[in-house]
Amino acid sequence: MTNNKIFQYIVWAAIALLGAAAVGGIALNRGEPVNALWFVTAALCVYAIAYRFYAAWIASKVLLVDPTRATPAERLNNDHDFVPTNRWVVFGHHFAAIAGPGPLVGPTLAAQFGYLPGTLWILVGAVLGGCVQDMVTLFFSTRRNGRSLGQMARDELGAVGGIAALIATMLIMIILIAVLGLVVVNAMKHSPWATSTIAATIPVAMFIGLYMRNIRPGRVLEGSLLGVTLLLMSVAFGGWVDHQPMLHAWFDHPALPLAWAIIVYGFAAAILPVWLLLAPRDYLSTYMKLGTVILLAIAIIWLQPTVKMPALTQFTDGSGPIFGGKLFPFAFIVIACGAISGFHSLISSGTTPKLLSNERDIRMIGYGGMALESFVAIMAVIAATVLDPGVFFAINSPAGVVGTAAADAVAKISSWGFPVTVEQMHGLAQQMGEATLFARTGGAPSLAVGMASIFGSAFGSGMLALWYHFVIMFEAVFILTTLDAGTRVGRFMLQDILGNVWPKLGETSWLPSVLLTSGIIVAAWGYFLYIGVIDPTGGINILWPLFGISNQILAAIALCVATGILVKSGNLRHAWITGLPLTWLVIITSSAVWEKLTSDDVRIGFFAAAHSLSDKLAAGTLPSTKASVAPALIFNLQLDAALALFFAALLWIIVLDMLRVSMRHLRGKPVPPLSEAPHQVTQLEEAAWARD
Amino acid sequence: MGARLNKLLRQSWRMIRQLSGDDAYERYLEHHAACHAETPPLSRKEYFQRQQQQKWSGIKRCC
Repeated sequence: MTNNKIFQYIVWAAIALLGAAAVGGIALNRGEPVNALWFVTAALCVYAIAYRFYAAWIASKVLLVDPTRATPAERLNNDHDFVPTNRWVVFGHHFAAIAGPGPLVGPTLAAQFGYLPGTLWILVGAVLGGCVQDMVTLFFSTRRNGRSLGQMARDELGAVGGIAALIATMLIMIILIAVLGLVVVNAMKHSPWATSTIAATIPVAMFIGLYMRNIRPGRVLEGSLLGVTLLLMSVAFGGWVDHQPMLHAWFDHPALPLAWAIIVYGFAAAILPVWLLLAPRDYLSTYMKLGTVILLAIAIIWLQPTVKMPALTQFTDGSGPIFGGKLFPFAFIVIACGAISGFHSLISSGTTPKLLSNERDIRMIGYGGMALESFVAIMAVIAATVLDPGVFFAINSPAGVVGTAAADAVAKISSWGFPVTVEQMHGLAQQMGEATLFARTGGAPSLAVGMASIFGSAFGSGMLALWYHFVIMFEAVFILTTLDAGTRVGRFMLQDILGNVWPKLGETSWLPSVLLTSGIIVAAWGYFLYIGVIDPTGGINILWPLFGISNQILAAIALCVATGILVKSGNLRHAWITGLPLTWLVIITSSAVWEKLTSDDVRIGFFAAAHSLSDKLAAGTLPSTKASVAPALIFNLQLDAALALFFAALLWIIVLDMLRVSMRHLRGKPVPPLSEAPHQVTQLEEAAWARD
Repeated sequence: MGARLNKLLRQSWRMIRQLSGDDAYERYLEHHAACHAETPPLSRKEYFQRQQQQKWSGIKRCC
């Protein structure tokens, strides 16, 4: 053994020991305050070990990644969508595409269970589930000329799998957009500063769109720099608006009109040309996101804030104020994208495989990209748990649970053992430049308070209000990007489906079809958003778990396709690498759906809530404001139940279909053949520029 | 030392331009000259518009 090798062993053993100590310290600690640096250490060590050993083993021993094999980008290079690209550039594009608001919102909501469940699931779920899913999907798609998940499901499993993937994708998109819209609405309601800042981002994006198209075409860096400067100015502009009595009144709205504004905006954004709004705002949101995440990482490492939330709270029993449901399965559902996200499989089988210049980069881009996303989720956990737990619950508990009056809310929250006072909340709201921070459910505002206090103590606390609204703006900007892009994708899918019935509707540029299909998609998510806003328990309680379930069912579909391919390619021995996370996802999503359908707790069970509401309505015990919306809420609860059941059915159909195909293959019966593209030796090897 | 720093800065700048897509048109021209020299290349504006349209016709953003 050479000295170098021995040195490597020592280094990796040290990383393993440090990681084990950090994870153990976090997990076993009770009562003592924990330094947030331990979370960062634990996460980095876990990712490093998993990446170096598990991911490398999967790549070389299971997938048999072949660096001499030409990738689709090389073979089909059309300098358009198939282009061999530098691996860091591919990594950047891939990460920008997979990282959205999900890993910031989910872990914040799950912090109601304490810091421990979320942290452990984000780490374990990512390295054994999410990263593996992203990597194997990227690999299989690369071997199949960059085919989409839906196409792979159809080719490898049969028509059933293909249709299930398509429907799941469209439904998850609708739920996702609705819930993200709700997060933005909850951040904007009665906040003239947040509302005017977010409104100002729209003309800013349009100006940058015009700039990049007509004034300085294709000068991306220049345009983005200008745009980011304008966005920062819009945060200050919002602060100015907040102090002008007349403008203040203009931008001060309750939730419902804001929801309508988002719906109208979503429709406009879906039919406007991409260059005007979507594309420029995407550039801006990408830079804002990268900048903010890096800034947050620096601030956490520099300041080393103390985590104040206990490891576990009493809400693991299912009585949590933000969403109802026990630790199992709901902690695993609400974390969503920070641990495993089905949505990523659409990117891993979309643009990324068409840019890859060498198969050996699959580990870095697929596995590494998700590890980084998971790290963002860990930072969200930190930002949520460094708040006083009382403050965290005061911001996130909906009025329907703790009461509308501030005194009631603090009394209730303090009675849970998380002391907080009206003065404290009032002072905090004033510091953040808000009238109130109560009942801002959804994760964005509490994250913004957490981040603002971290940034504030790192870079000057005189600007807390600016920091708070900067974070709100940054979240809103990329939530709105997801909203536009999602609506547009939903529209394309719908046009694709309707095109089978009437080909004219399938023409993506035929205006009547564009208006009709955009309208249908916007109406679909607009409906859920509307209900979420009028629901007194906050809407997040219903919508976010539903989103988590649908996103993980999409992940289960991707893992089914991968497991099926592994079995069919004679790799039954290793099929557990995807089979294991798949089994876990089937267990948690099925139990979550089961609870959502059968629980007697009105905050968990859809039917229980519907019955309780209709009983109260019949008995006339509801106040008139609630009685008027009760029929809509009852209908919605039944619709949600049907939707949850449909998701579970979709999941089981595709799991059974995968098992059927696998069993047939193992018994030697005919199955759809592997659709891998033939081997071709790469010519790019000497052209090192493409890689480094 | 100065020369190495200079090289490092230049490389980083090239990387940033490539990551953001700022140099996409220049790379397109290079590729075009190498592989399709017989046809005239797109103008910067046309090229940028085509890329943008194509980028947003698929799933580009997650949760």
